[in-house]
Amino acid sequence: MSSIFILLVQREARLLCRRPAELINPLVFFSLVMMLFPLAVGPESRLLQTLSPGLIWVAALLAVLLSLDGLFRSDFEDGSLEQWAVSPCSLPWLALAKVLAHWLFSGLPLVLLAPLLGLMLGLPAENLPTLLLSLLLGTPVLSLLGAIGAALTVGLKRGGLLLALLILPLYIPVLIFGSGALQAALQGFSATGHLLWLASLSLLAITLAPFAIAAGLRIGLAE
Amino acid sequence: MNWTWFHKLGSPKWFYEISGRWLPWLVGAAALLLTVGILWALAFAPADYQQGNSFRIIYIHVPAAFLAQSIYMMLAVAGVVGLVWKIKLADVALQQAAPIGAWMCALALITGAIWGKPTWGAWWVWDARLTAMLILLFLYIGIIALGQAISNRESAARACAVLAIVGVVNIPIIKYSVEWWNTLHQPATFKLTEKPAMPVEMWLPLLVLVLGFYCFFAAVLLMRMRLELLKREARSSWVQAEIKALVGKGI
Repeated sequence: MSSIFILLVQREARLLCRRPAELINPLVFFSLVMMLFPLAVGPESRLLQTLSPGLIWVAALLAVLLSLDGLFRSDFEDGSLEQWAVSPCSLPWLALAKVLAHWLFSGLPLVLLAPLLGLMLGLPAENLPTLLLSLLLGTPVLSLLGAIGAALTVGLKRGGLLLALLILPLYIPVLIFGSGALQAALQGFSATGHLLWLASLSLLAITLAPFAIAAGLRIGLAE
Repeated sequence: MNWTWFHKLGSPKWFYEISGRWLPWLVGAAALLLTVGILWALAFAPADYQQGNSFRIIYIHVPAAFLAQSIYMMLAVAGVVGLVWKIKLADVALQQAAPIGAWMCALALITGAIWGKPTWGAWWVWDARLTAMLILLFLYIGIIALGQAISNRESAARACAVLAIVGVVNIPIIKYSVEWWNTLHQPATFKLTEKPAMPVEMWLPLLVLVLGFYCFFAAVLLMRMRLELLKREARSSWVQAEIKALVGKGI
């Protein structure tokens, strides 16, 4: 079972790396959105610094959500999704492999880019580890919840906006705890509580979301 | 105990028949409870010492909020029943109840805003309960949108069921995180008072109205489900007979 998992992750990695330009898209989106905020609220650095936890998290959340739109669509269209569904391997396990590969190539680069953008918004350097940790713990949840939405909308031609509508309410706790961690750190308090909450949400998502993703995929295949 | 009647409810024809017998009672109960409740609430309940008469909107706001939350629970239960036992009527119930729940949620938010303006001076505050209710409205809209987007009826129902279950698992997490977020960022100017211990003269009409709203919901849901069943089973003989009977009565 684990060899299939690793094989699937490798396959996804190979597919994603064949079009590196597409991997850059979420990062560029992230940076563009972050750039829009100072243009919108003014360049005053104190204001930007106060707002920076929320802005970074909202931009990261939107970037992850948009990158997940076509997660299963190409597999749905060429028939490999059907093969996964009828194979002896459990579909939740395979779905988890696919989301893991996606997160490694789309979520993780976002996490690594975030400190640079945070500095541009005036985030003090000593808060960067908290930023990294909060995003590291939060983006898996975002990927998994988004994958549930992607699975439910896999058969739809233009499911992108519908995906956002379905999943954004579910993202709210992650947003609250993630930006809360950063805000606490910014004000000099300990962010441990928030980070532990993010970790527990991550574990909950990793254990339960694959089943919802598999259910969504089967529904899409049944059409 | 004989559970035949319960299993019968899973068949469209029997459901139509049984709900047809319950419907007049439900409509009557709803009309009675709502009328009595509204009159009692508006005319006979004592005025609040702090808020005067503007508190009376609570008599619409609270039942609507209760219903918005209960209907979502019902959606999740219907989703589980539909996914596990493949009972089509559960799917119908889910898709017909969702818009009612969304309207109740919107009603609660709007009446809450109307209440908020004279009491707190603001149409909207980012209080924990208000924010959680707003998120609930979006969850409802998501279920309705997903049901409309998928053309195959079976798949649409199953997708809505999965979404309702995912939503219901998330609701405690959302409520907890929003409450916690709010206590952390408690705005210094307002202190939203917790519901004070209400005297009997005030909460009795509220109870009557809550029951009235539930009866109203049950009546409207049954009506919507019956219409949907007539549409779905349009080619079967019992529906043809039913429509002939209804046309014959001049409806």
